[in-house]
Amino acid sequence: MSNKMHIKLNVNGKDEEFLAEPRELLIYTLRERLNITGPHIGCETSHCGACTVTIDGKSVKSCTMFVAQASGKAVTTIEGIGGPDALHPLQEAFKEHHGLQCGYCTPGMITRATKLLEEIPNPTEEEIRFGMAGNICRCTGYQNIVKSIQAAATEMNAAKEAAE
Amino acid sequence: MIPAAFEYHRPQDMAGVLAVLEEHGDDARVMAGGHSLIPMMKLRMADVPHLIDLQDVGGLSDIAVDGASIRIGALVTQADIIDHQALAAAAPILREAALQIADPQVRYMGTVGGNVANGDPGNDMPGLMQCLDATFTLVGTGGERDVPARDFYEAAYMTAREDDEVLTAVTIPLPSGGYAYEKQKRKIGDYATAAAAVQITKSGGTCASAAIAMTNLSDTPIYSDAAGAALVGTTLDDAALKAAVAAMLNDIDPTEDNRGPIAFKKHVAGVILRRAIERAWSRA
Repeated sequence: MSNKMHIKLNVNGKDEEFLAEPRELLIYTLRERLNITGPHIGCETSHCGACTVTIDGKSVKSCTMFVAQASGKAVTTIEGIGGPDALHPLQEAFKEHHGLQCGYCTPGMITRATKLLEEIPNPTEEEIRFGMAGNICRCTGYQNIVKSIQAAATEMNAAKEAAE
Repeated sequence: MIPAAFEYHRPQDMAGVLAVLEEHGDDARVMAGGHSLIPMMKLRMADVPHLIDLQDVGGLSDIAVDGASIRIGALVTQADIIDHQALAAAAPILREAALQIADPQVRYMGTVGGNVANGDPGNDMPGLMQCLDATFTLVGTGGERDVPARDFYEAAYMTAREDDEVLTAVTIPLPSGGYAYEKQKRKIGDYATAAAAVQITKSGGTCASAAIAMTNLSDTPIYSDAAGAALVGTTLDDAALKAAVAAMLNDIDPTEDNRGPIAFKKHVAGVILRRAIERAWSRA
Protein backbone atom coordinates (compact mmCIF):
# COMPACT_ATOMS: atom_id res chain seq x y z
CA MET A 1 0.00 0.00 0.00
CA SER A 2 2.80 2.39 0.73
CA ASN A 3 4.34 1.73 -2.67
CA LYS A 4 6.15 4.77 -3.92
CA MET A 5 5.54 6.01 -7.42
CA HIS A 6 7.88 7.46 -9.94
CA ILE A 7 6.79 11.11 -10.28
CA LYS A 8 7.80 13.57 -13.00
CA LEU A 9 7.01 17.25 -12.62
CA ASN A 10 8.09 20.39 -14.34
CA VAL A 11 8.14 23.18 -11.77
CA ASN A 12 8.81 26.71 -12.97
CA GLY A 13 10.51 25.35 -16.07
CA LYS A 14 12.72 22.85 -14.25
CA ASP A 15 12.21 19.09 -14.61
CA GLU A 16 12.00 17.17 -11.35
CA GLU A 17 11.92 13.40 -10.89
CA PHE A 18 11.55 11.55 -7.62
CA LEU A 19 9.79 8.72 -5.83
CA ALA A 20 6.81 9.63 -3.68
CA GLU A 21 3.75 8.08 -2.16
CA PRO A 22 0.74 8.95 -4.31
CA ARG A 23 -1.08 10.39 -1.27
CA GLU A 24 1.48 13.18 -0.88
CA LEU A 25 -0.31 16.48 -1.39
CA LEU A 26 1.25 18.71 -4.04
CA ILE A 27 1.74 21.60 -1.57
CA TYR A 28 4.00 19.36 0.56
CA THR A 29 5.90 18.21 -2.52
CA LEU A 30 6.60 21.81 -3.44
CA ARG A 31 7.46 23.07 0.02
CA GLU A 32 9.19 20.17 1.72
CA ARG A 33 10.58 18.06 -1.09
CA LEU A 34 11.52 20.73 -3.63
CA ASN A 35 12.05 23.59 -1.16
CA ILE A 36 9.76 25.89 -3.15
CA THR A 37 8.20 27.76 -0.26
CA GLY A 38 6.32 30.51 -2.06
CA PRO A 39 2.99 28.64 -2.02
CA HIS A 40 1.81 28.70 1.59
CA ILE A 41 -0.32 26.43 3.72
CA GLY A 42 -3.12 28.53 5.18
CA CYS A 43 -6.15 26.38 5.91
CA GLU A 44 -5.23 23.09 4.25
CA THR A 45 -8.95 22.57 3.62
CA SER A 46 -9.38 23.98 0.09
CA HIS A 47 -10.75 27.31 1.30
CA CYS A 48 -8.08 29.97 1.67
CA GLY A 49 -6.13 29.86 -1.62
CA ALA A 50 -2.71 30.55 -0.06
CA CYS A 51 -1.41 27.38 -1.77
CA THR A 52 -2.61 28.41 -5.26
CA VAL A 53 -0.37 27.37 -8.16
CA THR A 54 -0.97 27.23 -11.92
CA ILE A 55 -1.29 23.86 -13.65
CA ASP A 56 -2.33 23.43 -17.30
CA GLY A 57 -3.53 27.04 -17.39
CA LYS A 58 -5.73 26.63 -14.34
CA SER A 59 -5.43 28.11 -10.86
CA VAL A 60 -5.28 25.12 -8.52
CA LYS A 61 -5.25 24.81 -4.75
CA SER A 62 -2.22 22.60 -4.33
CA CYS A 63 -3.48 21.30 -0.96
CA THR A 64 -6.28 19.60 -2.89
CA MET A 65 -4.23 17.68 -5.44
CA PHE A 66 -2.24 14.50 -4.91
CA VAL A 67 1.26 14.54 -6.34
CA ALA A 68 0.23 11.47 -8.36
CA GLN A 69 -2.44 13.52 -10.16
CA ALA A 70 0.08 16.23 -10.99
CA SER A 71 2.64 13.80 -12.39
CA GLY A 72 3.54 14.67 -15.97
CA LYS A 73 2.33 18.25 -15.66
CA ALA A 74 3.91 21.69 -15.56
CA VAL A 75 3.44 23.64 -12.34
CA THR A 76 4.03 27.37 -11.93
CA THR A 77 4.41 28.92 -8.49
CA ILE A 78 5.01 32.52 -7.45
CA GLU A 79 8.75 31.84 -7.88
CA GLY A 80 8.08 31.24 -11.59
CA ILE A 81 6.13 34.47 -11.98
CA GLY A 82 8.75 36.94 -10.83
CA GLY A 83 11.51 37.47 -8.29
CA PRO A 84 13.45 40.21 -6.50
CA ASP A 85 15.54 40.95 -9.60
CA ALA A 86 12.60 41.18 -11.97
CA LEU A 87 9.24 41.72 -10.33
CA HIS A 88 6.09 40.89 -12.29
CA PRO A 89 3.82 43.94 -12.77
CA LEU A 90 1.41 42.38 -10.25
CA GLN A 91 4.19 42.11 -7.68
CA GLU A 92 5.19 45.73 -8.35
CA ALA A 93 1.57 46.84 -8.01
CA PHE A 94 0.99 44.95 -4.73
CA LYS A 95 4.14 46.64 -3.37
CA GLU A 96 3.17 50.07 -4.66
CA HIS A 97 -0.50 49.98 -3.56
CA HIS A 98 -0.06 48.18 -0.23
CA GLY A 99 -1.90 45.10 -1.49
CA LEU A 100 -0.64 43.20 1.52
CA GLN A 101 -0.03 43.58 5.21
CA CYS A 102 1.32 40.36 6.73
CA GLY A 103 1.92 38.94 3.25
CA TYR A 104 0.94 35.37 4.01
CA CYS A 105 -1.82 35.19 1.38
CA THR A 106 0.12 37.21 -1.21
CA PRO A 107 1.83 34.44 -3.21
CA GLY A 108 -1.52 32.74 -3.74
CA MET A 109 -3.22 36.07 -4.48
CA ILE A 110 -0.70 37.05 -7.14
CA THR A 111 -0.55 33.57 -8.68
CA ARG A 112 -4.34 33.58 -8.99
CA ALA A 113 -4.36 37.17 -10.28
CA THR A 114 -1.99 36.29 -13.14
CA LYS A 115 -4.61 33.85 -14.47
CA LEU A 116 -7.45 36.29 -13.85
CA LEU A 117 -5.71 38.95 -15.95
CA GLU A 118 -5.01 36.43 -18.72
CA GLU A 119 -8.72 35.64 -18.85
CA ILE A 120 -9.98 39.18 -18.30
CA PRO A 121 -7.22 41.66 -19.21
CA ASN A 122 -9.23 44.70 -18.14
CA PRO A 123 -11.45 43.60 -15.25
CA THR A 124 -13.99 45.68 -13.39
CA GLU A 125 -13.86 45.83 -9.60
CA GLU A 126 -16.73 43.35 -9.48
CA GLU A 127 -14.92 40.95 -11.83
CA ILE A 128 -11.79 41.17 -9.69
CA ARG A 129 -13.69 40.47 -6.47
CA PHE A 130 -15.53 37.54 -8.08
CA GLY A 131 -12.41 36.19 -9.79
CA MET A 132 -10.37 36.40 -6.59
CA ALA A 133 -13.08 34.87 -4.38
CA GLY A 134 -11.05 31.70 -3.83
CA ASN A 135 -8.30 33.63 -2.02
CA ILE A 136 -8.81 34.85 1.52
CA CYS A 137 -6.92 37.74 3.13
CA ARG A 138 -7.41 38.43 6.83
CA CYS A 139 -5.49 41.73 6.94
CA THR A 140 -6.26 44.11 4.15
CA GLY A 141 -10.03 44.09 3.79
CA TYR A 142 -9.30 43.48 0.08
CA GLN A 143 -9.59 47.14 -0.95
CA ASN A 144 -5.90 47.50 -1.73
CA ILE A 145 -5.73 44.07 -3.33
CA VAL A 146 -8.40 45.20 -5.81
CA LYS A 147 -6.51 48.46 -6.38
CA SER A 148 -3.24 46.58 -6.95
CA ILE A 149 -4.78 44.24 -9.52
CA GLN A 150 -6.43 47.15 -11.33
CA ALA A 151 -3.12 49.03 -11.39
CA ALA A 152 -1.27 45.97 -12.70
CA ALA A 153 -3.90 45.48 -15.40
CA THR A 154 -3.49 49.09 -16.54
CA GLU A 155 0.30 48.72 -16.55
CA MET A 156 0.23 45.41 -18.43
CA ASN A 157 -2.26 46.66 -21.02
CA ALA A 158 -0.17 49.78 -21.63
CA ALA A 159 2.98 47.68 -22.04
CA LYS A 160 1.14 45.40 -24.46
CA GLU A 161 -0.09 48.34 -26.51
CA ALA A 162 3.38 49.88 -26.59
CA ALA A 163 4.77 46.59 -27.87
CA GLU A 164 2.23 46.44 -30.72
CA MET B 1 -3.78 16.52 7.01
CA ILE B 2 -2.51 13.35 5.44
CA PRO B 3 -4.95 10.85 3.98
CA ALA B 4 -4.56 7.12 4.53
CA ALA B 5 -2.30 5.40 2.03
CA PHE B 6 -3.86 4.18 -1.19
CA GLU B 7 -2.90 2.59 -4.44
CA TYR B 8 -3.16 5.04 -7.33
CA HIS B 9 -4.50 3.95 -10.70
CA ARG B 10 -4.54 6.15 -13.79
CA PRO B 11 -6.05 3.96 -16.54
CA GLN B 12 -5.91 5.14 -20.15
CA ASP B 13 -9.41 3.99 -21.09
CA MET B 14 -12.77 2.97 -19.63
CA ALA B 15 -11.94 -0.74 -19.94
CA GLY B 16 -9.01 -0.13 -17.63
CA VAL B 17 -11.23 1.73 -15.15
CA LEU B 18 -13.80 -1.06 -15.12
CA ALA B 19 -11.10 -3.71 -14.67
CA VAL B 20 -9.88 -2.02 -11.46
CA LEU B 21 -13.45 -1.59 -10.23
CA GLU B 22 -14.21 -5.24 -10.92
CA GLU B 23 -11.08 -6.41 -9.14
CA HIS B 24 -11.45 -4.27 -6.02
CA GLY B 25 -15.21 -3.72 -5.68
CA ASP B 26 -16.13 -1.06 -3.15
CA ASP B 27 -12.48 -0.73 -2.09
CA ALA B 28 -12.05 1.28 -5.30
CA ARG B 29 -13.41 4.74 -6.08
CA VAL B 30 -13.19 6.77 -9.25
CA MET B 31 -12.09 10.39 -9.01
CA ALA B 32 -12.58 13.22 -11.49
CA GLY B 33 -11.54 16.65 -10.18
CA GLY B 34 -11.25 15.29 -6.65
CA HIS B 35 -12.58 18.41 -4.95
CA SER B 36 -15.21 16.47 -3.00
CA LEU B 37 -13.30 13.23 -2.53
CA ILE B 38 -9.83 14.56 -1.61
CA PRO B 39 -11.08 16.72 1.28
CA MET B 40 -13.02 13.70 2.60
CA MET B 41 -9.89 11.52 2.28
CA LYS B 42 -7.80 14.15 4.09
CA LEU B 43 -10.31 14.14 6.94
CA ARG B 44 -10.19 10.33 6.81
CA MET B 45 -13.95 10.32 6.41
CA ALA B 46 -13.55 8.47 3.12
CA ASP B 47 -11.46 5.31 3.01
CA VAL B 48 -10.29 4.62 -0.52
CA PRO B 49 -7.72 1.81 -0.76
CA HIS B 50 -7.75 2.03 -4.57
CA LEU B 51 -8.09 5.45 -6.15
CA ILE B 52 -8.86 5.53 -9.87
CA ASP B 53 -7.98 8.86 -11.48
CA LEU B 54 -10.11 9.39 -14.60
CA GLN B 55 -8.02 12.22 -16.08
CA ASP B 56 -6.46 10.17 -18.90
CA VAL B 57 -9.69 8.47 -19.99
CA GLY B 58 -10.67 10.03 -23.31
CA GLY B 59 -14.10 11.05 -24.51
CA LEU B 60 -15.39 12.34 -21.18
CA SER B 61 -14.65 16.05 -21.59
CA ASP B 62 -16.96 17.05 -24.43
CA ILE B 63 -20.01 19.30 -24.50
CA ALA B 64 -22.32 18.61 -27.45
CA VAL B 65 -25.37 20.73 -28.22
CA ASP B 66 -27.75 19.73 -31.01
CA GLY B 67 -31.33 20.64 -31.89
CA ALA B 68 -32.90 18.34 -29.33
CA SER B 69 -30.50 17.77 -26.48
CA ILE B 70 -27.29 18.60 -24.70
CA ARG B 71 -24.71 15.99 -23.78
CA ILE B 72 -22.10 16.82 -21.16
CA GLY B 73 -19.22 14.45 -20.48
CA ALA B 74 -18.51 13.56 -16.87
CA LEU B 75 -15.12 15.32 -16.84
CA VAL B 76 -16.50 18.66 -18.06
CA THR B 77 -15.65 21.17 -15.33
CA GLN B 78 -17.77 23.97 -13.91
CA ALA B 79 -15.34 26.39 -15.59
CA ASP B 80 -15.94 24.64 -18.95
CA ILE B 81 -19.71 25.09 -18.45
CA ILE B 82 -19.26 28.80 -17.75
CA ASP B 83 -17.03 29.35 -20.80
CA HIS B 84 -19.08 27.41 -23.37
CA GLN B 85 -21.02 29.89 -25.51
CA ALA B 86 -23.29 27.42 -27.33
CA LEU B 87 -24.22 25.82 -24.02
CA ALA B 88 -24.94 29.18 -22.40
CA ALA B 89 -27.24 29.99 -25.33
CA ALA B 90 -29.03 26.62 -25.24
CA ALA B 91 -29.40 26.22 -21.47
CA PRO B 92 -28.41 29.43 -19.66
CA ILE B 93 -29.50 28.00 -16.30
CA LEU B 94 -26.38 25.76 -16.34
CA ARG B 95 -24.06 28.76 -16.49
CA GLU B 96 -26.10 30.64 -13.89
CA ALA B 97 -25.82 27.69 -11.50
CA ALA B 98 -22.15 26.94 -12.20
CA LEU B 99 -21.20 30.53 -11.37
CA GLN B 100 -22.69 30.01 -7.92
CA ILE B 101 -20.65 26.89 -7.16
CA ALA B 102 -17.62 27.24 -4.89
CA ASP B 103 -14.83 29.59 -6.09
CA PRO B 104 -12.71 29.98 -9.25
CA GLN B 105 -10.01 27.49 -8.26
CA VAL B 106 -12.58 24.84 -7.37
CA ARG B 107 -14.56 25.47 -10.57
CA TYR B 108 -11.47 24.75 -12.71
CA MET B 109 -11.22 21.30 -11.11
CA GLY B 110 -14.76 20.38 -10.05
CA THR B 111 -16.63 18.37 -12.67
CA VAL B 112 -20.26 17.88 -13.61
CA GLY B 113 -19.87 14.11 -13.30
CA GLY B 114 -18.38 14.29 -9.82
CA ASN B 115 -20.95 16.82 -8.69
CA VAL B 116 -23.92 14.67 -9.74
CA ALA B 117 -22.46 11.24 -8.94
CA ASN B 118 -21.18 11.95 -5.45
CA GLY B 119 -24.67 12.15 -3.96
CA ASP B 120 -23.81 15.00 -1.60
CA PRO B 121 -27.10 16.78 -0.84
CA GLY B 122 -25.17 20.07 -0.74
CA ASN B 123 -24.11 19.84 -4.38
CA ASP B 124 -25.96 22.15 -6.78
CA MET B 125 -25.95 20.11 -10.01
CA PRO B 126 -28.18 17.24 -8.82
CA GLY B 127 -31.20 19.48 -8.16
CA LEU B 128 -30.51 21.40 -11.34
CA MET B 129 -30.42 18.16 -13.36
CA GLN B 130 -33.69 17.04 -11.79
CA CYS B 131 -35.28 20.35 -12.76
CA LEU B 132 -34.04 19.87 -16.35
CA ASP B 133 -35.15 16.20 -16.41
CA ALA B 134 -31.63 15.08 -17.29
CA THR B 135 -30.53 11.49 -17.76
CA PHE B 136 -27.31 10.05 -16.37
CA THR B 137 -25.39 7.46 -18.39
CA LEU B 138 -23.72 4.74 -16.32
CA VAL B 139 -21.17 2.33 -17.72
CA GLY B 140 -20.33 -0.91 -15.95
CA THR B 141 -18.90 -4.32 -16.69
CA GLY B 142 -22.42 -5.39 -17.65
CA GLY B 143 -22.81 -2.60 -20.22
CA GLU B 144 -24.35 0.83 -20.37
CA ARG B 145 -27.64 2.11 -18.94
CA ASP B 146 -29.43 5.41 -18.49
CA VAL B 147 -31.04 6.55 -15.25
CA PRO B 148 -33.24 9.67 -14.99
CA ALA B 149 -31.83 12.25 -12.55
CA ARG B 150 -35.22 12.27 -10.84
CA ASP B 151 -34.78 8.56 -9.95
CA PHE B 152 -31.05 8.60 -9.19
CA TYR B 153 -30.81 9.85 -5.60
CA GLU B 154 -31.73 7.49 -2.75
CA ALA B 155 -30.17 9.09 0.36
CA ALA B 156 -27.09 11.15 1.22
CA TYR B 157 -24.20 9.67 -0.82
CA MET B 158 -26.48 6.78 -1.87
CA THR B 159 -27.46 6.67 -5.52
CA ALA B 160 -28.71 4.24 -8.16
CA ARG B 161 -25.11 3.84 -9.36
CA GLU B 162 -23.68 0.39 -8.57
CA ASP B 163 -20.16 0.05 -7.12
CA ASP B 164 -18.81 -1.25 -10.43
CA GLU B 165 -20.37 1.52 -12.52
CA VAL B 166 -19.00 4.87 -13.66
CA LEU B 167 -21.16 7.87 -14.51
CA THR B 168 -19.89 8.95 -17.92
CA ALA B 169 -22.31 11.58 -19.23
CA VAL B 170 -25.33 13.75 -18.53
CA THR B 171 -27.95 14.23 -21.27
CA ILE B 172 -30.43 17.10 -21.02
CA PRO B 173 -33.45 17.66 -23.27
CA LEU B 174 -33.12 21.18 -24.69
CA PRO B 175 -34.90 23.44 -22.18
CA SER B 176 -37.26 26.21 -23.22
CA GLY B 177 -38.83 29.24 -21.55
CA GLY B 178 -37.60 31.15 -18.51
CA TYR B 179 -35.08 29.87 -16.00
CA ALA B 180 -33.47 30.72 -12.69
CA TYR B 181 -31.01 29.13 -10.29
CA GLU B 182 -31.30 31.00 -7.02
CA LYS B 183 -28.98 30.14 -4.14
CA GLN B 184 -28.73 31.46 -0.61
CA LYS B 185 -25.34 30.82 0.99
CA ARG B 186 -23.44 32.27 3.92
CA LYS B 187 -20.37 33.16 1.86
CA ILE B 188 -18.77 32.41 -1.49
CA GLY B 189 -17.64 28.81 -1.51
CA ASP B 190 -20.34 27.64 0.87
CA TYR B 191 -22.99 25.08 0.15
CA ALA B 192 -26.55 26.35 -0.09
CA THR B 193 -28.67 27.14 2.94
CA ALA B 194 -31.37 26.75 0.31
CA ALA B 195 -31.30 26.77 -3.48
CA ALA B 196 -33.96 26.46 -6.14
CA ALA B 197 -33.80 25.51 -9.83
CA VAL B 198 -36.80 26.67 -11.84
CA GLN B 199 -37.61 26.30 -15.54
CA ILE B 200 -40.96 27.77 -16.71
CA THR B 201 -42.77 28.06 -20.05
CA LYS B 202 -45.46 30.61 -20.79
CA SER B 203 -48.39 30.37 -23.21
CA GLY B 204 -50.49 33.48 -23.67
CA GLY B 205 -50.37 35.02 -20.22
CA THR B 206 -50.42 31.79 -18.29
CA CYS B 207 -47.89 29.25 -17.17
CA ALA B 208 -47.80 26.24 -19.50
CA SER B 209 -45.26 24.14 -17.60
CA ALA B 210 -43.03 24.48 -14.56
CA ALA B 211 -40.21 22.30 -13.21
CA ILE B 212 -38.94 22.99 -9.70
CA ALA B 213 -36.12 21.32 -7.75
CA MET B 214 -34.55 22.25 -4.42
CA THR B 215 -30.98 21.79 -3.13
CA ASN B 216 -29.68 20.96 0.37
CA LEU B 217 -33.09 20.82 2.02
CA SER B 218 -33.30 17.02 2.41
CA ASP B 219 -30.82 14.16 2.27
CA THR B 220 -31.35 14.15 -1.50
CA PRO B 221 -32.19 16.88 -3.99
CA ILE B 222 -35.97 17.34 -4.12
CA TYR B 223 -37.86 17.52 -7.38
CA SER B 224 -41.24 18.96 -6.35
CA ASP B 225 -43.82 17.89 -8.88
CA ALA B 226 -46.55 19.47 -6.75
CA ALA B 227 -44.84 22.86 -6.62
CA GLY B 228 -44.59 22.96 -10.41
CA ALA B 229 -48.19 21.79 -10.80
CA ALA B 230 -49.37 24.62 -8.52
CA LEU B 231 -48.13 27.13 -11.11
CA VAL B 232 -49.45 25.52 -14.31
CA GLY B 233 -52.52 27.26 -15.74
CA THR B 234 -52.12 30.31 -13.48
CA THR B 235 -50.90 33.82 -14.25
CA LEU B 236 -48.38 33.41 -11.41
CA ASP B 237 -50.36 35.68 -9.15
CA ASP B 238 -49.66 35.81 -5.44
CA ALA B 239 -52.02 32.92 -4.69
CA ALA B 240 -50.22 30.67 -7.18
CA LEU B 241 -46.80 31.56 -5.76
CA LYS B 242 -48.03 30.85 -2.22
CA ALA B 243 -49.45 27.51 -3.35
CA ALA B 244 -46.17 26.55 -5.05
CA VAL B 245 -44.14 27.48 -1.96
CA ALA B 246 -46.54 25.54 0.30
CA ALA B 247 -46.31 22.49 -1.96
CA MET B 248 -42.50 22.68 -1.99
CA LEU B 249 -42.34 23.03 1.82
CA ASN B 250 -44.44 19.89 2.05
CA ASP B 251 -41.88 17.97 -0.03
CA ILE B 252 -38.62 19.02 1.67
CA ASP B 253 -37.29 17.68 4.95
CA PRO B 254 -34.42 19.88 6.17
CA THR B 255 -32.37 19.11 9.27
CA GLU B 256 -30.83 21.51 11.74
CA ASP B 257 -27.11 22.17 11.28
CA ASN B 258 -24.66 25.08 11.33
CA ARG B 259 -26.68 26.75 8.56
CA GLY B 260 -29.61 27.14 10.92
CA PRO B 261 -32.59 25.49 12.57
CA ILE B 262 -35.35 23.80 10.58
CA ALA B 263 -37.78 26.73 10.79
CA PHE B 264 -35.13 29.09 9.39
CA LYS B 265 -34.28 26.75 6.51
CA LYS B 266 -37.95 26.45 5.58
CA HIS B 267 -38.27 30.22 5.68
CA VAL B 268 -35.23 30.65 3.43
CA ALA B 269 -36.44 27.90 1.09
CA GLY B 270 -39.73 29.78 0.64
CA VAL B 271 -38.02 33.11 -0.03
CA ILE B 272 -35.54 31.57 -2.48
CA LEU B 273 -38.19 29.64 -4.40
CA ARG B 274 -40.37 32.72 -4.73
CA ARG B 275 -37.43 34.72 -6.06
CA ALA B 276 -36.48 31.94 -8.46
CA ILE B 277 -40.02 31.63 -9.83
CA GLU B 278 -40.35 35.38 -10.27
CA ARG B 279 -37.01 35.63 -12.07
CA ALA B 280 -37.76 32.62 -14.30
CA TRP B 281 -41.21 34.07 -15.15
CA SER B 282 -39.71 37.43 -16.07
CA ARG B 283 -37.44 35.61 -18.55
CA ALA B 284 -40.16 33.30 -19.93
